[in-house]
Amino acid sequence: MAVYIKGMGNISPQKTWGDEALLANPSDYSGSKLSAIEPDYAQFVDVKQLRRMSRVIKMGVAAGTMALRQAGINTPDGIITGTSFGCLEDTGVFLTKLIENNENALNPTPFIQSTHNTIGSQIALLLQCQGYNQTYTQRAFSFEHALIDAILELKENANQSLLVGGVDEITSYSHTIQKRFGIFRDRASSLNLFRNGRKGTVNGEGAVYVTLSGEKGEGNVVSLDSVLTIYNSYGSELKQKVSGFFQETSLETSEIDLVLLGKSGEKDTDADLENLAADLFPGASLGAFKHLCGEYPTASAFAMWLGARIIREGKTPAIVLDKESGRPLKNVLIINSYFEKYYSLILLRAC
Amino acid sequence: MIKLKGRVYVAGTGVISAIGKSIPETLTSFKNHTSGVGKVTLFDTVYKDSLPVGEVKASNSYLAAQLSVNPDLTRTALLGISAAREAVAASGVDVQKWRTGLISATTVGGMDKTESFFVDFLKDPSRGRLRNVVHHECGSSTELIADDLGVKGFISTINTACSSSVNAIALGTRLIRHNILDVVIAGGTDSLSKFTLNGFNSLMILDQNPCRPFDAGRNGLNLGEGAGFVVLVSDRVKDEHKLKPSCVVSGYANTNDAFHQTASSPEGRGSFAAMQKALAMAGLSPDQIDYINLHGTGTLNNDLSEGTAVRRLYGDRYPRLSSTKAFTGHTLGASGGIEAVFSIMAIEQQCVFPNLRFETSIPGLDIKPQVAFESNINVSHVMSNSFGFGGNCSSIIFSVT
Repeated sequence: MAVYIKGMGNISPQKTWGDEALLANPSDYSGSKLSAIEPDYAQFVDVKQLRRMSRVIKMGVAAGTMALRQAGINTPDGIITGTSFGCLEDTGVFLTKLIENNENALNPTPFIQSTHNTIGSQIALLLQCQGYNQTYTQRAFSFEHALIDAILELKENANQSLLVGGVDEITSYSHTIQKRFGIFRDRASSLNLFRNGRKGTVNGEGAVYVTLSGEKGEGNVVSLDSVLTIYNSYGSELKQKVSGFFQETSLETSEIDLVLLGKSGEKDTDADLENLAADLFPGASLGAFKHLCGEYPTASAFAMWLGARIIREGKTPAIVLDKESGRPLKNVLIINSYFEKYYSLILLRAC
Repeated sequence: MIKLKGRVYVAGTGVISAIGKSIPETLTSFKNHTSGVGKVTLFDTVYKDSLPVGEVKASNSYLAAQLSVNPDLTRTALLGISAAREAVAASGVDVQKWRTGLISATTVGGMDKTESFFVDFLKDPSRGRLRNVVHHECGSSTELIADDLGVKGFISTINTACSSSVNAIALGTRLIRHNILDVVIAGGTDSLSKFTLNGFNSLMILDQNPCRPFDAGRNGLNLGEGAGFVVLVSDRVKDEHKLKPSCVVSGYANTNDAFHQTASSPEGRGSFAAMQKALAMAGLSPDQIDYINLHGTGTLNNDLSEGTAVRRLYGDRYPRLSSTKAFTGHTLGASGGIEAVFSIMAIEQQCVFPNLRFETSIPGLDIKPQVAFESNINVSHVMSNSFGFGGNCSSIIFSVT
C-alpha cells in the first residue's frame, strides 16, 4: 500500500529549509564532520521553551514543525521517530557531571532529556498530541523502522496523518570517540568525497520529518511505496534480497528511474554498492547523497527527503548525479549502506 | 480501516530479574514472597549502602560463563541473551525455519561500560578503552542478542523509556498480523548503571528503603535490572510445530499523556486512554480483566495518577491488581517485557502475585492491591501497564487461548 507524503522538513548540513531551490548552493566542508545549518528556532518554538532544549531536540522539533506546516496540519494522529544516538549532548553533560561531582548535587534536566524518546515526546507535548508515540533506535534501521511502522499504522487506518522522522546529532564527545575508531577521516572537500577514493568517511547529522497519510490529498505528488531493512547480508545474498524486494512491490527493477546510493567515500565498499546497482538497475540514473549530509545512522532520512524533492521537481541536481539515464523521474529507489552491516531500501513513486 | 486477521500466540517466555534467573526460580520467589531488592553489590557507587536496588544476583563473568559468551559484552546484552534464549528454548520453535524477527527494548544500552570509559576519557580524550564504548548504542544489545539466537530477518530496538518493552511486543504482534513475519522474539533488557541510579536520584524519586508501591506511605521507586522476552507466533507456525500455546496477545495500545516530560497528569489521561484502547482492541469490557499488573513504581506521582485512571475505568469494582516492582525494582525499559512474562505466568499458573509491603491505601484512591500470592483462581485475561518519561503510556492484554 502506498502512503502519501504531505509535508517535509529537513535540517541538515545543506541549506534544506526555507525558500532555497533544491541544493542551489551546495555547502562544501573540509575536515571530518558536516554540521547542520540551523534555522532561527524562534520561528518554531517559544523562546522560553527553547532555552531548555538541547540542539538535537530543537532540530527535531523544528523539522517536525516544518513538515506539519507544509502539510497544513496542526496536530498529527501519531509521532514516530528514529534516532540511533538519541540525545547525546544531554547524555554527555550528565555523565560528565556525574564523574566530576562524584555522584553528588546533579541537575536532573540533562538526565530527563537524555532518553531517546525525548525528541518525539517534546513534539507531542508542544502539540498536545496524545496519540501514538514511538521511538526506534536500531542504528541505521532507526528511520526505516519508523517508516515501516507508519505504513502498518496507515494500513490499519488510512485516514490518519503521522509525523515520521529520523534525527541524529554530532557532539564533540561523540565525534572524538568515533574518530578514534578510525571511521571518520579528514577530507579537504566533502563534495569531493567520492573522487579521492580513500579509507574513512565524514561524520554527518540532521533532522528530517515527513508527514504521511494513507489518503492522497490535493497537491500530494510523491508516495512512499515500500521499505526493507537487510541485516548482515553480503554479496549474492544481499543481491537476492534486493531483487526479492521487488516481488513485494508493484514494480519491476527495470522501472526504477533513479537510484540514490548510500556511498560513503570508502573506495571498496562504494564499488560493491555501485556494482549492485549496475547489475540490478542498468537503465536507471545513479546518484549519491552522503557527500551532502555526511555519514550517520539516520542519513537515509536525508535521502528520502532528497528523493521526494527530485520527484516533485522532475530534475536531479547535478551535484547528486553520478550517471544520467535521461529517464523521467517517476520511481526513485534509495539503497543505503551503513558500514556494510545495515542495508535498507526505500522506494518512492510519483503519484 | 482494515480488520487484521489471525491470532498471535505466545509460544514461550523467558525472564531474568532480581527474583530469579529463570521462569521456575521467579515463580518460587513469588510463592515465597521473596523480594529481590537489596544493597548494590555489583558496581561501584557512593550510594552503595543508601539506595536499595533490585540486582540480578550474578556478576557479568558468572553470566558470561553460564551462557558461554564473551565476558566483555555489556550487562544489558548478557541479561537479554539469558532471557531470550530461555524464551526460544521454551517455545519449541525453530527460529531458522521461519521469517523471524527480534524486537528488543532498552533505555540503558551499553551505558554500564560507557560510564567506566568516560572516567578515563574525561582526563584525556585519547584514553579510555574503545571496546567499552563499542556497544554504547541501544541497538547494539539487540544485535548481540540477534547474533546469539541466529536471527537475521528483522531486528529492531524501541526506546520509549519505561514503556519500551510493551511497544516491542505490540510491534511484533502487528508484524505477524500483517504477515510480514511468522515468529517474533519480543521484549526488553536493561541493566543497572550509575547513570540511571544518579539520574533518578537527582529527580529525588528513589526510596532509601525497599519501595512500597500503591501504599499511602510510598516514598519513591527502587531501580532494578533484568530482561523479559516472549516468543510470538502466527497460526501457521503454531499448527506446523503442533504447539499448544497458553495465551494470545489480545489487545495493546500506545498513547501519550502530553502533560509533562517526567510527571504524569493527575487524572492519568494517558494511562486511562492506553487501558481503554487496549480493551477496545481486545473486545473486552473492563470487568472481564481478571488481573492487572500495574506499572506501580512507588513514586507519589505515578501511583496516584495510575490509580486514578484505574478508578475512572472501574469505579469501585476493580479486579485483582498488584505492582510486582516491590519484588524486582523498576527495570526501566525491560519492565514491560518482564511484566508481560509475569502476566502470562498468571494465566499459565492460574495465579496472581502479591504487591509486597502494602499496608495502607492511598487516601482518596482507596485501592487495595493483592497482598498474598494466590493460586487456583480463574485468570483468563490479564492487562499489564507500562508508562514512561516523555508521557509514553502503553497497556497490553494477554488472554487465554
